[in-house]
Amino acid sequence: MIRPGEIAIVGAAESTRIGAVPDMAQIMLHADAALNAMADAGLKPGDIDGVACVGPMMPQQIAHYLGITPKWVDGTGVGGCSFMLHVRHAAAAIHAGYCKTVLITHGESGKSRVNGTLRPAEPQSLNGQFEAPFGPMGPPTLFPIPVLRYMKTYGVTHEQMAQVAVVQREWAAKNPRAAFKDPITIDDVLNSKMIAYPFRLLQCCLVTDGGGALILTSSDRAKDFPTKPCYILGSGESVETTMVSQMEDFTSSRAFRVAGPEAFRMAGIKHSDVDHLMIYDAFAHLPMYGLEDLGFVKRGEAKDFIWERNTAPGGKLPINTNGGGLSYTHTGMYGMFALQESVRQVRGTAPAQVPNVKISVAHGVGGMFSASGTVVLSNQRP
Amino acid sequence: MSLEPGRARPEPTPETRHFWEGLRQGKLLLQRCGDTGKPYFPPRPFSPFTGTRNVEVFEASGRGTLHSYVIHHRPVPGFKPPYAIAVVELEEGPRMMTNIVECPQTPEALVLDMKLELAPTKMDDDITLPLFRPAKEA
Repeated sequence: MIRPGEIAIVGAAESTRIGAVPDMAQIMLHADAALNAMADAGLKPGDIDGVACVGPMMPQQIAHYLGITPKWVDGTGVGGCSFMLHVRHAAAAIHAGYCKTVLITHGESGKSRVNGTLRPAEPQSLNGQFEAPFGPMGPPTLFPIPVLRYMKTYGVTHEQMAQVAVVQREWAAKNPRAAFKDPITIDDVLNSKMIAYPFRLLQCCLVTDGGGALILTSSDRAKDFPTKPCYILGSGESVETTMVSQMEDFTSSRAFRVAGPEAFRMAGIKHSDVDHLMIYDAFAHLPMYGLEDLGFVKRGEAKDFIWERNTAPGGKLPINTNGGGLSYTHTGMYGMFALQESVRQVRGTAPAQVPNVKISVAHGVGGMFSASGTVVLSNQRP
Repeated sequence: MSLEPGRARPEPTPETRHFWEGLRQGKLLLQRCGDTGKPYFPPRPFSPFTGTRNVEVFEASGRGTLHSYVIHHRPVPGFKPPYAIAVVELEEGPRMMTNIVECPQTPEALVLDMKLELAPTKMDDDITLPLFRPAKEA
């Protein structure tokens, strides 16, 4: 049985530039981040014996490009939280002795589309038969499908839903690498361009280029690395459906409710132990669902929790302190950037550093509530 | 009503052909688990509740309620924005994505839990889509 803190992150970095990087193909965004993470850990490609990444990039492409001969690979691809699952799977593989040092990479030319990929639903797939004919066009039309039901069930106002974006912009203002740093008001959000009612432009994530990479090894070896080890206390994963119209409950994600509590159970922590939280915010409702499904607040209470500035700078539970997918960056699969910010916060190196972070939780979503992964990190080994 | 050209066209598979064949005849066909009696969607030749292959196809009432939706404001082939992408909760329990026709595509007209009824809408000779419209007063 793997124990909390047995495996650590010893290298972490984003691509040198994020935002618009038209001079890098998708595979180079992976490699750029991987080279930065190896430099962070003081490693060379020959030191890596495990590789994980998510499609359309396959582990064999990354391994070959970087000159790595892996003994273990993972190409789990469940959307933007795949990296949380890679961390979980890599920890298990290191524990099992399949490999010693794992590199997890992400790179996506989401904005510039240099060797990027767009994947329309195959007409014979279930999505192609039972969702595509009704006019969805990507995540902005699908992810918010459950929102009106959530708002009606819990009496959430448009102003309360807008507050998510306002608070995250406050965090982004403290982060020089954030795409959007200018303050916004509730009125700004509610007067921004309508995309898919009830959501407007400022409630939808960015589309950018960028990458990130993580290096994991056993904590017993972690003391030999130049950076402060970031211990993995626990993790969880689950999937529900690729079809948002078929999720069991429009006010709650089943995948969140499996992955989150499993990570907490494994880590042996309570909610009050969490100093810092990342909830993958592809759209403004995600932090509300995450707070409730992970059990930080009761059902229907997230609207007030966020409205009352508990997640804002100075609040008791800082969330999405890089500015999030709404204001920092969002390549398409943002989970890697949520993990990077959790690592920075437990290392004490974040641009908007929260004082005295011991435990950070990074919670990711994949697809449209289709999958979930949760990772609990700490700078202290239990 | 007729559909504008350009919509993504579903392609039936052996597991879903009965559903699309039913719509061609104006019927909404669901399936029921032989063990629990519970209806389910999308179509598959076994029960997602118990795994039994003992399932039956039956005709749904075509009645349901508006469970949730978005109103999309950007252009998509086959659609004139703004248009609603909706989810109907069928009387029998399952939910499905759809469009609401014969109704203004506005938050004021599209009220959650309003009653809907099936409006089978022909796409071509083989495919009829399960669209819905506000239920006519009984």
